This record gives sequence, structure tokens and C-alpha cells, in this order.
Amino acid sequence: MRVNFTVNGRPQEADDVWEGESLLYVLRERLGLPGSKNACEQGECGSCTVRLDGLPVCSCLVAAGQVEGREVVTVEGLADHAGQRACGSDAGGTSLDEAKQWQAEGADSQAGEGVELSPIQQAFIDAGAVQCGFCTPGLLVAADEMLEHNPDPSDADIREALSGNLCRCTGYEKIMDAVRLAAARQSEGV
Amino acid sequence: MDFLRPASWEEALAAKAEHPTAVPIAGGTDVMVEINFDHRRPEYLMDLNRIGELYEWEVGEDSVRLGASVPYTRIMEHLRAELPGLALASHTVASPQIRNRGGVGGNLGTASPAGDAHPALLAAGAEVEAESVRGCRRIPIDAFYTGVKRNALAPDELIRAVHVKKADGPQQYSKVGTRNAMVIAVCAFGLALHPTTRTVRTGIGSAAPTPVRAKAAEDFLNAALEEGGFWDNGRIIAPSVAKQFADLCSAACNPIDDVRGTASYRRHAVGVMARRTLTWTWESYRGTEGAAFRKGGAA
Repeated sequence: MRVNFTVNGRPQEADDVWEGESLLYVLRERLGLPGSKNACEQGECGSCTVRLDGLPVCSCLVAAGQVEGREVVTVEGLADHAGQRACGSDAGGTSLDEAKQWQAEGADSQAGEGVELSPIQQAFIDAGAVQCGFCTPGLLVAADEMLEHNPDPSDADIREALSGNLCRCTGYEKIMDAVRLAAARQSEGV
Repeated sequence: MDFLRPASWEEALAAKAEHPTAVPIAGGTDVMVEINFDHRRPEYLMDLNRIGELYEWEVGEDSVRLGASVPYTRIMEHLRAELPGLALASHTVASPQIRNRGGVGGNLGTASPAGDAHPALLAAGAEVEAESVRGCRRIPIDAFYTGVKRNALAPDELIRAVHVKKADGPQQYSKVGTRNAMVIAVCAFGLALHPTTRTVRTGIGSAAPTPVRAKAAEDFLNAALEEGGFWDNGRIIAPSVAKQFADLCSAACNPIDDVRGTASYRRHAVGVMARRTLTWTWESYRGTEGAAFRKGGAA
């Protein structure tokens, strides 16, 4: 079947979609957006987290046909999404080609330099919250959504918002630091 | 596999009548796991996301009519006052991502003994609104669970809503798991005080082939509270009464040993949760919440 939906602000069309296919599979294998990670396929790990009509969901548990006509934001569109939020505009979006080309350059503490990042992405780099990086896209999407409606989160708020995202490297402390940093920068208007 | 996309409730009923094997999918948090793992290859998958009314709720005089697909997040945010037990149970469901998608209709459709909503529904009192092209009926929650992952629905029926009794007194919910999020209940317990009828209702999850009430425990406690005039005088429940209640709740379990816990642990934990939730709700009743019900209480 064919599925039409909006990804990162731009209309997209996926063809030859199998009826039992997940949104995650469509994003990764049909639209070439591998930022959302495929790990548990049962909603346990959160590494496939995307926004569906604004809400964070596990894309592995959304049937592709269910997103017909709906809006999805993936980690590849996070910088634009955060940028639009900051300017209060809703125009633009990220083209598929741009999204496919997105990469954080470099592998040291300067990673991401020269590339447009959302504040939460920059905070993850600055706080050293990325180790193997596999859980990072899901955490970024979930954390960004929390900061959107809760600009001054307590530690308990952060833990709850990220409770559906598993990280096996960091012990979460650096991730907590990163979200606190992003919140602080957001409130200072940096 | 065929993907059915009914745009209205009537279309969904017609599709289910034509294809009784069609698997309804709303939040997808159970169905997609089975498909992803190749445990299930339904002939027809029927998406219910386009049926807006399933996402609505209505607060009535005595009960809340909760649309089958209302996500747990909405229940936590909007129905904490009317359905405190269910709101607490909803908060224990998995993670924010799952709570944004899953709802009580799916919990009932799957009818897993470990479903988080069941003990809260049993304790509050509820009816499942099931419908087919043949007509609509309301199934009392006590008659809904018929076996492990089995329910009273006919093959052509769909769950449209759940009618949950509005709280008339304190309610509590407790769940045992290895961490706070992303946990399938080892066992769970819901308790509701109903001062208007002077009764207590319970619900036990994950400790029997189906969610169950601890009816002998309820009967014992109802009699003890009545006999001692507790609903009026609001006295502290004696530890011996609480213990007997807890023991009877443990006895209502018929658990198994599995990877999440042993049968004897589950029995023990249900007793502990029964005693705790009774204490919490009764303390709340003795405080301001029950004042209106007690004779001679602050008017």
C-alpha cells in the first residue's frame, strides 16, 4: 500500500508498504532516515522515539498505515523543529535530502561543529552525554519534547520524561546533566 | 494482510462483521509487538485511529464514559479527580511514549492478567460497552475476563467505551515491579472505598489466570467495618482486621511461577499491597475526604 504523511515538515510518500510494517521501518528503510534506531521492536527501549502529531511515541509500535495524513518529526528534523519553535514560525521543514545528509561531524568534543544543531543536541555534546550513541536519537526527541512544554523541569520531571528510553552506557548521569544544561540555556535565552 | 481504515464507528462495525478475524489496532502497543516478532499474522488489520469519538470521554452523574482509545496520558491528566484509581494505574503503564498511544480499550481487548487498568476497573466498578452490527451491550467488568488473554467479546464485537463509576471515596493502586517504568506487573492491587454504599471493592492483577476481585476479603471487611460502626466513627482499623483482610486477599490469588516472580512471592506481595492500600485509603477517609459521610463529622 501507499502511505502519505508529513515528515519533518515536508510531505512524503512511501510506496509498496507492507500492511504490517511499522512506522520505524518506513522511516529507516523506505525514506532513508536511519536516525531513529531499531533495537527492541517492542516499545521497551525508546531508541525509535519520534513525534507523532507532536507526541513522543515509539515508532516501532505505530503501524505504517496509521500515519496516513499525519505529522512525524524525527531526530533528523530536530534542529529545524527547535529553530522554528524559537522563532515561532511554522514554515519550512527539512527536505528528505537534507535530512538524509545530516551528520554530526567529528568524533571528539568538537563533534557537531559547523552543523546546525538543536539546543538539546548541543547540550548532549557539551555535557558528554553521548557514548555509543545508539540511544541518543530517542533521548533527544523525548528530552526536546519535555523542554517544549516544561522549560524548568525538576530532576524527577526529567527522569519521568526519559523513563521510556534505555541507555546501557552512561548510567544516565551525563544525560541528566545535558537536559539540565539545555533547560538552563533555554531559560537564559542562550 | 489487508489494512482496513474505517473512517467511522459504523464502518468499523460493518468491517468487523464482514471480517470477524480482523484484529483491531489503536495504540498498537500490544498488536505491533506481536506482528514485529512474527507471533501474529492477522489476515486483516483494522486501524481505529481515524475514529475520533473513541478518543473522547464524558463525565456523567455517576460514571465516566471513557472512549476505548483515550490514551493513558489523558486519563492521568484529566480524570484524576473522577477516576483516581484508574489514573494511578495509568501512571504505572510503561513509559510516556506508550502512555501516549495505549488506552483502556486495548487493555481490555488483550485481557492479559497483567494489564495495568484491570485492578482499578474491578475496584471502581465498570461496564464495558461492546457493540456489533447486531447491537450494543454493556458487559459488567466482573463478567468480562473469561480466561488467560480471553474476554467476553463475540468475534464481531468491538469495544466502544468503558463506563467507570465515579469515585465516591478514596481509591488506591499499587504495583510490584523491578523498576518504576517499563515494567510488566509482577502483581498489582487496586482498592476503592465506596462510602455511599458502605462497601470496599478490590482488584488483583497478575496473580491469577484473569484479573480478579478478592470477594471473600471484601465481604469480611464490609462486615467488620459495619459491625464496628467504622464508616460513621472513622476509627482506625485494627491491625488484626487489616491482617485478616490482607490474608484473604492473598488467598484470592491463584498465581503461577514465571520469570517475573514465584507464586508464593505474588501471594505475599498481594497481601502487603492489600494492607497498605487499605491503610492509605482509610487514612484518607478518616481525614477530610470522608467527613461528609460520617455521622457527627464536620458538616
